Amino acid sequence: MCDSCGCNVTPGNQHLAYKPVQAGTSAVTVLKKLLAHNDDQAGHNRSHFDTRGILTINLMSSPGSGKTALLEATIDALKDEFRIAVIEGDLETENDAARIRARGVPAYQITTGSACHLDAHMVHDALHHLDLSQVDILFVENVGNLVCPASFDLGQHRNVTLLSVTEGDDKPAKYPVMFRAADVVVLSKIDLLAVLDDFVPARAEQCLRQLASTVPLLQLSARKGQGMAAWYDWLRSELVAQRARVLAGQTVKPYIQTDGLKLHGHAEVS
Amino acid sequence: MHELAVCQALVTQVTEIAQQNFAQSVAVITLHIGALSGVEPALLVSAFPLAAAGTVAAEAQLIIESQPVRVHCQTCGADTEATPNRLLCGECGDYHTQLISGDEMLLANLELITN
Repeated sequence: MCDSCGCNVTPGNQHLAYKPVQAGTSAVTVLKKLLAHNDDQAGHNRSHFDTRGILTINLMSSPGSGKTALLEATIDALKDEFRIAVIEGDLETENDAARIRARGVPAYQITTGSACHLDAHMVHDALHHLDLSQVDILFVENVGNLVCPASFDLGQHRNVTLLSVTEGDDKPAKYPVMFRAADVVVLSKIDLLAVLDDFVPARAEQCLRQLASTVPLLQLSARKGQGMAAWYDWLRSELVAQRARVLAGQTVKPYIQTDGLKLHGHAEVS
Repeated sequence: MHELAVCQALVTQVTEIAQQNFAQSVAVITLHIGALSGVEPALLVSAFPLAAAGTVAAEAQLIIESQPVRVHCQTCGADTEATPNRLLCGECGDYHTQLISGDEMLLANLELITN
């Protein structure tokens, strides 16, 4: 991006570029994403993954919706098929990383203290603790939080957002930024639907579609092994797609980010 | 509450631009923030003085220009206003829409004091 020659000036932002200012001050048109430093680091992380042919998936949800349980079941089912590694993000404790290691795959725990999200720099530091030459799929289990993680690119290729049936079925309407960021939404703990009378999967799907999201909505129970085949198939097809991209020298960001950038006529952000 | 982290990133960028332009200080910072960006303007305003303390931006006025949520309909082609959790086409009601405005988190413009 050029800050000085006016190549970013469009009818939509001209008033910013040519705003008169007082003597002794000068106006600078910037039009740069506020999180540009984070995004630069995320791009660097993504190139680490692409160089090694790794598919990286960011799991996001509220606390307790079953991210770690989904990973445990996934590792048990696929660890002979793919080499899996996990980066865990939590405010405190090594508990989740210990659960993953007990399944026989490498895991690195990031404890954020009181920070409510992972960022690209934290993930980069974590990468130095993993042998990336031995990984096909890297999962990043983000801090349990439906707000902040959606704003920070980590360098992942795909976002998975979980919604457990013990939460409200209107969660996508309440947390639109998070659910818009999902490349696939997982409706978890569906074995409990039988004892819950206030969660209607169709209502959750309607709330998701009202965010203009066309992504798959997978219903599953990791603990009871229901609906897992569709999840495994999604992972397999994403890994195949990632390997094809790597061979073609291409990469991909989660759906939301490229979509927004392409369509914003008023700013070519870098 | 990640607005402080966003403000810290903002101050880093502003400081770099001020240095590139040999500015002594920053008078005005203008941001473009959309309702679907995931940051809350009021919280940015509260967090900014903490992040800017002791920097060239310490005395800067922070102006936040909210950006409307607008969608383009892939079915009927209309561009219409929408609300953050109802991104349907305002003309035909279809959900096959793409956001054309509303998720911005941009540093748009700076006024630098240069003498």
